[in-house]
Amino acid sequence: MQKEDFLRDVLVELIKKSETVLPDDVITALEKSFKKETNEIARLQLKTILDNVKLAREEGLPICQDTGTLIFFIDMGVDSPYRHVLKAAIHEAVEISTREIPLRPNCVDPFTGKNTGNTGERIPWIEWNLVEGSDCRITVLPKGAGSENCSTLRMFNPSDGIDKIENFVVNHVIECGGKPCPPVVLGIGIGGGADIAMKLAKKSLLRRIGERNPNKVVADLEEKILRRVNETWIGPMGLGGNVTALDVHIEYASRHPASFPVAISVQCWANRRACVVIREDGGVDWI
Amino acid sequence: MDLKTPLSEKDVRRLRAGDIIYVSGTLITARDRAHKRVLSNCRDIPVDMEGLVLYHCGPVAKKVGNEWIVLSAGPTTSYRLEDVEADFIKCTGVRMIVGKGGMGEKTTDACMEYGAVYCSFTGGASLLAAKSIKKVKDVFWLDMGMPEALWVFEVERFGPLVVSIDAHGNDLHREVIDRAKSRV
Repeated sequence: MQKEDFLRDVLVELIKKSETVLPDDVITALEKSFKKETNEIARLQLKTILDNVKLAREEGLPICQDTGTLIFFIDMGVDSPYRHVLKAAIHEAVEISTREIPLRPNCVDPFTGKNTGNTGERIPWIEWNLVEGSDCRITVLPKGAGSENCSTLRMFNPSDGIDKIENFVVNHVIECGGKPCPPVVLGIGIGGGADIAMKLAKKSLLRRIGERNPNKVVADLEEKILRRVNETWIGPMGLGGNVTALDVHIEYASRHPASFPVAISVQCWANRRACVVIREDGGVDWI
Repeated sequence: MDLKTPLSEKDVRRLRAGDIIYVSGTLITARDRAHKRVLSNCRDIPVDMEGLVLYHCGPVAKKVGNEWIVLSAGPTTSYRLEDVEADFIKCTGVRMIVGKGGMGEKTTDACMEYGAVYCSFTGGASLLAAKSIKKVKDVFWLDMGMPEALWVFEVERFGPLVVSIDAHGNDLHREVIDRAKSRV
């Protein structure tokens, strides 16, 4: 088989997995949430979610009808034989997946309003990261619009202090209410610049539920914000309950002395992602 | 509680925010563009919606022979329709709106005035929703694309739905947000 065809087939499988099988850590977090809820309406929301997740897996169909904008995060080994062909293979795989899974056509020209399927100008979006070695690691994150529309960024004053950042996140979650389909996962990007903070916020969504930032100070802040967000009692679907967020992930970069950007990327309960590593010899490891 | 379309004003005025219900009968989908088109010429729309259920949903459907099969039909974020929903209720006579995430004051007022309710269906539960669709009765305006078209579904025990805005001015999403604000 040609390198291109092999890569395309792996990518079609990767996209299908991301759309139809919710990662184990997310399912476990939703099951724990169900046990934590005592309110009848909250329990019903989580039961409906878990029933739907099970059905999606059994029938090989997308978990949610909003199959998202497909965002690919690539760690490309400088010696990987796939570096020249990956981009074309991604586009082809997205087109095949759109027809075969099927995915909802979610790609619209901002000026003409024309829907072009799931490929269009710069979409699917690909984040390239060059790494040592010959492995090619591909992660796909289908991002739905309900939660994406709750993204936000604020440029803080460097003298503001961390407690103001905490309040910003908590108040934002309250303002969003049921719109992003809670229980959500919050990705928070701090520092760098406006664009860097936003990218870090989204990239942090790739972490497993419960995986803390290796920096103890940041890990403590993640836990504190998670506790405060869940004390709001916004609850599943914004209808009230103990679980508003499944987790909070923070990634950071050093900042300019005069600038303190904080970005929030909100992910719905359907925290879909799938990852594969393709080795130089064509070996495939599903992560 | 189980309800059947066509819904009467009395049927919906009996409901209270927080009630859990299931509905059977005819359900119409309309998102942003379909709302715009309905409101651009309200007297000339392809379906009489009096007493029916409006569902904020952009489904994924597949045509097999002459029949449409709905694969996926979860709710979309209702708040995008907040500016236009009051007029939509007034001009079509729908008695129930189903979506996710909640709506605003204008819609709450319209629900009180015209006798309608807004219900939440669990966001993302698109396969469970599709299971309760027994038949695609019709589809109009496919020129706007599959998600934006006006679909007419026959549903059986569609739900569970939580009444979030009743016809008496209560709004469960608003109450939850107001209470959260007072806690921080």
